[in-house]
Amino acid sequence: MAASPSISIAIVGSGGAGALTTVNFLLEVACAAGWHGLFTRTLGPQIRGGEAAGLLRLAVHPVECLPDQFDLIIGIDWLNAHRFGNEIKAGPQTLVISDPRGGEPPPMVTQSGARVVEVEMKEIAKSISGGRPNMIALGIASRLLGFTTEQVFALIAKQLGDKGTAAIEASRAGIKAGFEAAAGIGFEAELAKPVPSEARRWLLSGNEAAALGAIRGGVRFAAAYPITPATEILEWLSPNLTKVGGILLQAEDELAAINMIIGSSYGGTPALTATSGPGLSLMIEAIGLATAAEIPIVVIDVMRGGPSTGIPTKSEQTDLNIAIYGLHGDAPHLVLAPQSVSDSLFTTQWATFLAEALQTPAIVLSDQFMGQSRAAIERPADVAFIGARSVAANISGSYKRYALAPGGVSAMALPGMPGGQYTADGLTHTELGIPTSGAGDHLAQLDKRRDKLDRFNFGDHWASIEGSGDLAIITWGSLTGAAREAAARAAADGVNVRMIAPRLLAPVQPERLAAALEGVRRILVVEQTHGGQFHRYLRAHHDLPAPVRAFHRPGPLPITAGEIHRAIIDWS
Amino acid sequence: MSKSSGQPKISGLNDLLAVAYQIESDAVERYNLLADQMETHNNPELVKIFRDLARAEGIHGEEIRRLAGSFDVVSHAREMARFGRMGSPEEAELDAAHYLMTPWHALQLSLAGEERALAYFARIVETATDPKVKALAEELVEEEAEHVNLVHRLLRRYPKPADSWADDPDPPASPE
Amino acid sequence: MSGLTTRLACKPADYKSDLKPIWCPGCGDYHVLMSFTRAFAQLGLPSESIAVVSGIGCSSRIPAYTNCYGFHGVHGRSLALAAGLKVTRPDLTVVVASGDGDGYSIGGNHFLHACRRNIDMTYVVMDNRIYGMTKGQPSPTTEPEFDTALTPGGTGVAPFHPLVVALASGANFIARCFSGDPNETADVLAEAIRHPGFSFVEILSPCVTFRPDEKEWKELVRPASVPATSDQGKAARRLMTDDGFNLGILYRGNRPPFQPAVGARDVDLTELEKDFEL
Repeated sequence: MAASPSISIAIVGSGGAGALTTVNFLLEVACAAGWHGLFTRTLGPQIRGGEAAGLLRLAVHPVECLPDQFDLIIGIDWLNAHRFGNEIKAGPQTLVISDPRGGEPPPMVTQSGARVVEVEMKEIAKSISGGRPNMIALGIASRLLGFTTEQVFALIAKQLGDKGTAAIEASRAGIKAGFEAAAGIGFEAELAKPVPSEARRWLLSGNEAAALGAIRGGVRFAAAYPITPATEILEWLSPNLTKVGGILLQAEDELAAINMIIGSSYGGTPALTATSGPGLSLMIEAIGLATAAEIPIVVIDVMRGGPSTGIPTKSEQTDLNIAIYGLHGDAPHLVLAPQSVSDSLFTTQWATFLAEALQTPAIVLSDQFMGQSRAAIERPADVAFIGARSVAANISGSYKRYALAPGGVSAMALPGMPGGQYTADGLTHTELGIPTSGAGDHLAQLDKRRDKLDRFNFGDHWASIEGSGDLAIITWGSLTGAAREAAARAAADGVNVRMIAPRLLAPVQPERLAAALEGVRRILVVEQTHGGQFHRYLRAHHDLPAPVRAFHRPGPLPITAGEIHRAIIDWS
Repeated sequence: MSKSSGQPKISGLNDLLAVAYQIESDAVERYNLLADQMETHNNPELVKIFRDLARAEGIHGEEIRRLAGSFDVVSHAREMARFGRMGSPEEAELDAAHYLMTPWHALQLSLAGEERALAYFARIVETATDPKVKALAEELVEEEAEHVNLVHRLLRRYPKPADSWADDPDPPASPE
Repeated sequence: MSGLTTRLACKPADYKSDLKPIWCPGCGDYHVLMSFTRAFAQLGLPSESIAVVSGIGCSSRIPAYTNCYGFHGVHGRSLALAAGLKVTRPDLTVVVASGDGDGYSIGGNHFLHACRRNIDMTYVVMDNRIYGMTKGQPSPTTEPEFDTALTPGGTGVAPFHPLVVALASGANFIARCFSGDPNETADVLAEAIRHPGFSFVEILSPCVTFRPDEKEWKELVRPASVPATSDQGKAARRLMTDDGFNLGILYRGNRPPFQPAVGARDVDLTELEKDFEL
């Protein structure tokens, strides 16, 4: 069998088994050897001791989505593993390594026709002083994937260096035992050799990438209220903001967090908060204030299953409506969506730039999938956007904070500047910032805030547009990776597909989308919602030029490239 | 208690001039504030009355400034003429204001202010040891007494309104 | 300019904006505005170095009536907004203005945490024991028997004790003032601004329109008979047992204020990438 460009491994184990650590080691070994990879976790509701699985896809190219099914599944144990249901798909080609003392394999394994090989991982581990079953699993997986013991040992030395020689020795012995246990297990899948590359490579999560993007964009203050799955952004920012002269303040709730960043930005320090659906709901009122008072802020919403508390650990794209339409009144603002772990950096940096340049809030819609996945990526290029917040200088005479300037953006005085004193206000105001209920001022300021967004040239970053077929997939966010892969598979079947994924969701870009859809005869809208929010959004703002099919379903299961591919083929 | 309690200490003619100036100047500011309040609450008759009262007190202030000659009474007042808990004697009581108040109410406020000023200067006459201070205080007492009489005369033109003066058939608004 | 000349050059009028305040004639808030401008003048602060932050309600109109930088934000969140401003701009003097509805009801949680956080700012609550802007509903400090359209016959609920809550939550300076004595209030405000950390000043400010009974406050208030204490235990007893009409600085703590260091910002960002490099 020919070497495959990508291969997928799942390792399952309940509390203490170390399944996630094992997968992370595999990812790092593979990345050190030049492969790309994407690692996501799936977990039970327990804080400690829950069932867990690490899902890993390795490839010769950057990985942006999970596979349709797994090539290798290792069950250190299977306790409550049935809860993962269809998340870990197996098939007749799948090899399952199962510890017979780890309970019964779940139906997703037993009913798939997969070949099951039993290995006594726990027993082997017991025979090693300080041995752990997950190191046996690491050895097995490493051998089956074609890594050498040296490659794995090098990583162990690096990762466990501070745990002492006994721990390292025990791990090495376990890995070696795993390699021996894997001898003779036939595994047909083979990962193609990595493509040599000079580019510097990073391994990070989408949440970390977004946080770095914010700092690159100039954010120097963050207010934090913990929420799954956004907390990692805040935890990464805390020490790193300090390194760049910034501050992170823990807030008492999301209402405080959003108002804290408005205060910071009003004082001239670009500011951000990160949250998820329930937190965004609480922040909405103040995002409206920032819109009306024209204070730039960035809010990252790492979307999870909703409504209400929903499924905090799983991805969905169901905050689109609230992000775009949630504000009361006519409140134009920015909504952007990164498309991958790597793009989380770029899009957050761009969002920060746009918020500052346009003096308005930017909501960045990330999601649990790309936020919490760890991926090997090529170091994103250093991007410098031209322009920044327009700050008043040499103020003389009567300062008009909300002057009806051409383009709609008016220079902002910062506290401390003599002569620039004004009161930022959520009340409808005049050019001077004085409250009014006059129809003329209301309209003038509404126009100003609309026009500054509508007249801005957002350039080519507004969307990813790839391919030229007459069937177009329109999708967004982290589904872009799966759609891209589906398009590639369709191309291999001889079906040319055009993929359009807007990175800028608000303000809408009707002319640009119309141009991107030129010559299209069928439109497939793909999104992860129950109600088809993105489909309705497209219908509301665009005159779609061809018949439309909407493919959408809610989480928690990720929409795979295989599903999108089928939807394409069904309509071809 | 803090330094602003009590009254400014008068230890010479210049102090008394400064205090007298400050009293008039506080009264002007207060009447203007009341006039502003009446302006924002659409009571033009009272706007005029309070502006007139402010103007009259302003003239008194200017007279005192002239009396002080080359001495910078304004700066001296800012440094030493701070009144404590009781406030500046002649300034009208803010909490007595009402959006429907009538000229009679305004004159009552003014009368009370003039009477407080009179009592204030009378007390200085009683306690002053410096003959020059005593003499000026006596002059000021005389002047305030004249003002009290003037207000009484004005009150003949503006009798007490009926008890229903504050009736408003409309409910209050809820602006925010 | 030397400190002395700055001080002499400042008049309360320098801190007033051109806007004519819109409060009911007779409202205590006019006096509070006077106290603000007198306190600022007393401190000799340049008006552009002061930020007055507020929420929603009658009291919260105050920023626009000053010649300082102002922020009239959403209901109840002024303390949070001010915290974000002050930690990133420690050079500014930050004064937060609120009322009993804005500060104690919708903003109650932020009140606790602002006291606890002890950022160097001054929090002024103009307490009139009523929601004035929405036509007279009971607030957390309204007496239980006070009759309103929303709560006919009264709320039947005991009022909240803001000074005790402030003390228990960690406020570093606690004072009570009466709006009708703007000079004394100005002195207390100046002291509150000078005092490091979170200073809380409750100003009893009568509502002539919905609480005409509060005109009596003038007769009820009195200067506290003992000076400020720095002993939390003594302060607790004192605040728990007073009748709500003792005026002056009641507690003066010595906790150091919370102010994270603001470092140099022109640093090489590639340093941050090291975490990620393979």
